[in-house]
Amino acid sequence: MWFYAARRIVLTIPIALGVTIICFALVYIAPGDPIASLLPPNATASDIALLKHSYGLDRPIPIQYLIWLGHALTGNLGRSIQNSQPVAGEVLRALSNTLLIAILAVLVAFSIALVLGMLAAYRVGSWVDRLATGISVLGISVPSFWLGVVLVILFAVKLHWLPATGMGTSGSESFSLFEWKQAKFAILPVVTMALTPLSIIMRTTRSSLAEVLGQDFVQTLRAKGLGEIAIMRHAIWNAMPQILAMLGLQLGYLLGGSILIETIFTWPGTGYLLNKAILTRDIPLLQGAILILAMAFVAINLVVDLLQTVVDPRIKRA
Amino acid sequence: MTDMTVGSGFDAGPVPERAPEQRVRGYWQTVWQKLRYDYVTLFFMALIALIILSAVFAPLLAPIDPYKSSMVYRLKPIGYKQFILGTDEQGRDMLSRLLYGGRVSLTMGIVPVVLATSIGGLLGVLAGYLGGRPNTIIMRTMDVFFAFPSVLLAVAISGSLGNGIPNQLLTLTVVMIPPLCRVAETATSQIRGMDFVDAARASGASMPSILFRHVLINAISPVLVYASTLVSACILLASGLSFLGLGVPPPTPDWGLMLSTLRQAIYVQPLVCALPGVAILITSVAFNLVSDGLRQAMDVKG
Amino acid sequence: MRKAKSPLQTVPPGHPNDRGGKAQPMLIVEDLRKYFPIHAGPLNRKVAEVKAVDGISFSVVKGETLGVVGESGCGKSTMARLLMHLMPKDTGHLIFDGDAVAEPTGISLRELRRNLQMVFQDSYSSLNPRLPIEESIAYGPCVHGAKRAEAKAIARDLLEKVGLRPELFGARYPHELSGGQKQRVNIARALALNPRMLILDEAVSALDKSVEAQVLQLLGYLKRHFNLTYMFISHDLHVVQYISDRVLVMYLGQIVEIGPVDEIYNSPRHPYTRALLNSRLSMDPDERVETAPLVGDPPNPIDPPSGCRFRTRCPFAEEVCAANAPPLGRSSSPLDHLAACHMAHEGSGHSRANQSPAILRPSIPPVAAPVQRIHA
Repeated sequence: MWFYAARRIVLTIPIALGVTIICFALVYIAPGDPIASLLPPNATASDIALLKHSYGLDRPIPIQYLIWLGHALTGNLGRSIQNSQPVAGEVLRALSNTLLIAILAVLVAFSIALVLGMLAAYRVGSWVDRLATGISVLGISVPSFWLGVVLVILFAVKLHWLPATGMGTSGSESFSLFEWKQAKFAILPVVTMALTPLSIIMRTTRSSLAEVLGQDFVQTLRAKGLGEIAIMRHAIWNAMPQILAMLGLQLGYLLGGSILIETIFTWPGTGYLLNKAILTRDIPLLQGAILILAMAFVAINLVVDLLQTVVDPRIKRA
Repeated sequence: MTDMTVGSGFDAGPVPERAPEQRVRGYWQTVWQKLRYDYVTLFFMALIALIILSAVFAPLLAPIDPYKSSMVYRLKPIGYKQFILGTDEQGRDMLSRLLYGGRVSLTMGIVPVVLATSIGGLLGVLAGYLGGRPNTIIMRTMDVFFAFPSVLLAVAISGSLGNGIPNQLLTLTVVMIPPLCRVAETATSQIRGMDFVDAARASGASMPSILFRHVLINAISPVLVYASTLVSACILLASGLSFLGLGVPPPTPDWGLMLSTLRQAIYVQPLVCALPGVAILITSVAFNLVSDGLRQAMDVKG
Repeated sequence: MRKAKSPLQTVPPGHPNDRGGKAQPMLIVEDLRKYFPIHAGPLNRKVAEVKAVDGISFSVVKGETLGVVGESGCGKSTMARLLMHLMPKDTGHLIFDGDAVAEPTGISLRELRRNLQMVFQDSYSSLNPRLPIEESIAYGPCVHGAKRAEAKAIARDLLEKVGLRPELFGARYPHELSGGQKQRVNIARALALNPRMLILDEAVSALDKSVEAQVLQLLGYLKRHFNLTYMFISHDLHVVQYISDRVLVMYLGQIVEIGPVDEIYNSPRHPYTRALLNSRLSMDPDERVETAPLVGDPPNPIDPPSGCRFRTRCPFAEEVCAANAPPLGRSSSPLDHLAACHMAHEGSGHSRANQSPAILRPSIPPVAAPVQRIHA
């Protein structure tokens, strides 16, 4: 198994390098001269050349990439054009806020999906199954940013139960989930975020569980006189590796997908930061945020893969 | 030389096997036979046709000019005077804007998937059929794109390129290529290992001939089914980009952009503000259910 | 109960494409070799090789049926695919009717494939599920430049010859056929290029016994009608005995014994052949096999035993068997009986080398073939 783990980690390296290449390329596909925004409009040609040289922009692109990669590896992702703050620090601060609601959303989605999926798989074709399937179709079809708006209209505008946007008066510095005054700000974003992963995890649970329940060993368990609940316990453990894999993937997707939801709820996470970067065309900030989020996604995938080898004995120890 | 001669009892020559009387049906006919009785899928197919037609004929159907704004009629409720679905924050007719908005939104959902199916499908089929080094190069490149969550990749490319229809089309196509390429590659490499492909090679056929006559017609149904599921995802992604201001520039109507500009008005006209989202939701549900139906009719696992 | 005139009753004389004459073997295989690399470890480096086919030489005589037997995994199917050039070989030469294949002087691969065709095992993947069977058969001729109508006529003619009425079956898809019918189509497809030799890779193994007999029957007729040469690969020893003129026995990628069918079945010289023959089931309850003649699995082909590859499972293994590998030997006539065993070679150093082959005779007499064979 260690062998497999080592191999999986080695395989991740070229992918991570590829990710850095794409992130590096973002600056080049962006229209406009990156230098122009840094100089006053009346700068002379020699000023431009001087600045280009000081940024290393006069060197061949592969060399520029290596320099950039070297800086990125030491945690230097440049400075934001808007407020001249180091990009890495800003993104990491925002990332903790995003992770908070993303993890909560995945946990909520997982617990509901598991129950619904089990009920649906136990009696395929029953009304529970049809209800669950209906929910999952809605869940993957609904635009999350619209759902957020609808929830705000309902619970904030009409019912006044929950706050519409933001993270509370104290901001992210002292945010605590255990104090209702602050935790209530997280409820709507988490619910909005949870619906899509809920649908997808439920689909996975339903289909993989239905497949397991159709296998011969389940018949053997029944023949041995095992109760239905005990059989379900056996079956769910057999389906668990696939469900967990989907869970990890969904957590990763939420890191990227949070941009829309955080924009609606003005939740100060990476998505909100990205939106700000897009609106102000702050390319270094955009690049840094994308790089960190993509690397987080790669890392999550790696961890999920490694966990799977622990959970699923069928994955070869070769 | 010895020769094989056969003893008594077996000298009747090749025995023609009994042929049960039945009508011969091709694959696509079989698919249609299954779809014919799947009323849910048929209903949503009709709904999609209706949505597409209403977008195509928006100029004929729209009661009022979708660009005509009016300070007097700002944010009127549903059913106010001649405005059947109310007005937006600039007093423009919502119904007309929704009809026109379908043009951009549907284009953004369908065109990138068609482009990505051709490009990604071709790359995947080549990778799956050739195997070896070409496969490694193509599929490892795709793996790099898979290392981004799709929304993040779209935001990264679109955010760098800036807004506008061509940029949005390009972004969505790039995002859709890797998954389609992977599906095509999986389907092709499965078919590649089958005996009938070896039999075709053994008959001395050229690679293009084998690809078209034997590989492609078998790989196409999983790829098409998968592409149909992506249309809904692509519509959602496109409207999300528009919502972020990365799609068509205003004042062109687009469902995602309309949602974004109406967001400020949720305290005034919540129902009207939710309308563009309803349009996106109905379209996306319709495409999802149709692709589910197609998956069952074409008997594709997954 | 003779049926109305079957399309196969007439036998045309000779083959129009014959080049080398009667004495030239149809196919000569020399030192054929194929190793599959195994990649492993964190860096996915090549760590070992599976010696699937390891230096095989033999020839196929014109007009004969050469049976190929061996346990699963011994390299039978790999050999067939190498002969068809469906996968690249590592080393080896092929000479088809006197012409070297795919070498500067000789015939092209395309030409070989017109003359040498393969019938695959009946499985869900042997026929293209999206093509009507007529099209599957007509595909080969189309590839070789026949017009559509011509190719279609060939296909319909062949369908009739394999016992399927073209007007009923031609337009059908594979999923509408039974296993036996599909196998008839597979045979028709292989014949569509008018080949001179067929490689039948487990061609009847997946069929019911009654259908198997019908298809074997058909193969016999086709062979006479089209003047074909067969290479018949199977793990079923009864069927091979029934259909073959000569038999080739493979073990771990090598030939261990080759010779005329009756000699192989009546006086096998290699202990592996003997063990294989002993593991057949008998119809006679008094002759039932009490103990398995072969125990254990074949050794790992990645790291085969030194010397004779069978020595780890051979009851007669001695020091000489570990020291050097017994050669199969060469002979003047292809009809010779050869065995790659030290006991079969005088002066090899094995203590039993001088004993008569009778000592290696199987303990059970071979079961009678399902149908009487008459040698011409």
